[in-house]
Amino acid sequence: MNKWKIFTNGLLKENPTFVLLLGMCPTLGVTTSAINGLGMGLATTFVLILSNIVISTLKNVIPDTVRIPAFIVIIASFVTMVDLLMQAYIPDLHAQLGLFIPLIVVNCLVLGRAEAFASKNNVLNSTIDGLGMGLGFTCSLTLLGIVREFLGNISFFSHKLANIDGALVFVLAPGGFLALGLLLALINSIKNRETSR
Amino acid sequence: MGKKIESDFKNILICLLIITAVSAGILGLVYSLTEKPIEETKKLNKENAIKKVLPDYDRMEECKVPIESAVENNVFKKEAKADSLSIYKAYQGETLVALAVETFSDNGFGGRVKLMVGFQADGSIKRIEVLEHHETPGLGDKMEPAKSDFSKQFESMKNFPVKVKKDGGEIDAITAATISSRAYCDAVNRAHDAILSIIGGEDNE
Repeated sequence: MNKWKIFTNGLLKENPTFVLLLGMCPTLGVTTSAINGLGMGLATTFVLILSNIVISTLKNVIPDTVRIPAFIVIIASFVTMVDLLMQAYIPDLHAQLGLFIPLIVVNCLVLGRAEAFASKNNVLNSTIDGLGMGLGFTCSLTLLGIVREFLGNISFFSHKLANIDGALVFVLAPGGFLALGLLLALINSIKNRETSR
Repeated sequence: MGKKIESDFKNILICLLIITAVSAGILGLVYSLTEKPIEETKKLNKENAIKKVLPDYDRMEECKVPIESAVENNVFKKEAKADSLSIYKAYQGETLVALAVETFSDNGFGGRVKLMVGFQADGSIKRIEVLEHHETPGLGDKMEPAKSDFSKQFESMKNFPVKVKKDGGEIDAITAATISSRAYCDAVNRAHDAILSIIGGEDNE
């Protein structure tokens, strides 16, 4: 598999949110606004790349039966590190995102890539996979955030577009499911049209 | 691909031991490195908040006021039990011009809400800043002054206890975040209770 293919695999063909439907907890919970989605995506990308590197390096010395606890320990350590470092050196961003950083541990996307890719591939490919998957996740979270923020608040990255109230339900939890469902339907219909052509 | 080591008991034990020990070591290191900057940021935030909620002053005095019945013990809440509030008294010359109270409520949607409430010497509210909260982004976090005008309603308010309209008060709760708004009021009331012992409660009757 060439490097470019690995990279675009995460971005498009196996986009974690819209195709694999992985990591739904942060996806639905965090994307109440575009900036939250973007920040969560970038933090996840960072953890994903680091954990992919470490896990692909250690893949041969971790016995199969305990690989899941080992992976989780590695991922959780990185998440805690990111949390502490952000708190110390970029407190402004942490004030915005601090609530979501611990959620990255339970994001099954990170564990999923560790299990499906990093534990079977070399370090370079795993890094590229982490980057591609992470950016794919970031893009879809930002997109979902933009849609929900627009419908719910009529604003774009916290800039109010018109002085009217939106359909608040899109910012609330049920709206996350609605917006995700609508986007999925849209993406699938575009895909179907392309394949039938 | 290299040879994978076997999953026997010895290997499992050694592997998990090493991974957890190394992780713990690294985390300890990062924690000790970041501990100081984090503390400094928190202190700086607090000082900024005090400055924002108080008018100009020459001298500041800090004191602690114990709170008795105010905090309900709840075994499910992980926060340390707080038994006193810090009050920062601002003097202009020898006259007390204003007070800032670091207050909190445990009734928030996501746990403890910490506020810095500035009072004028007559007991009315000057300004309120949020120090820390864990409310829902997009909803309860509108209690931050930067995100909505919710906190402006409290300015120069004199009638205590403050309540949201749903509870028969004067405060417009944040849309879809009544619990957060109630917690905010709860914290403000707690702050007011604490300063009564200093400025006296007579103008409140």
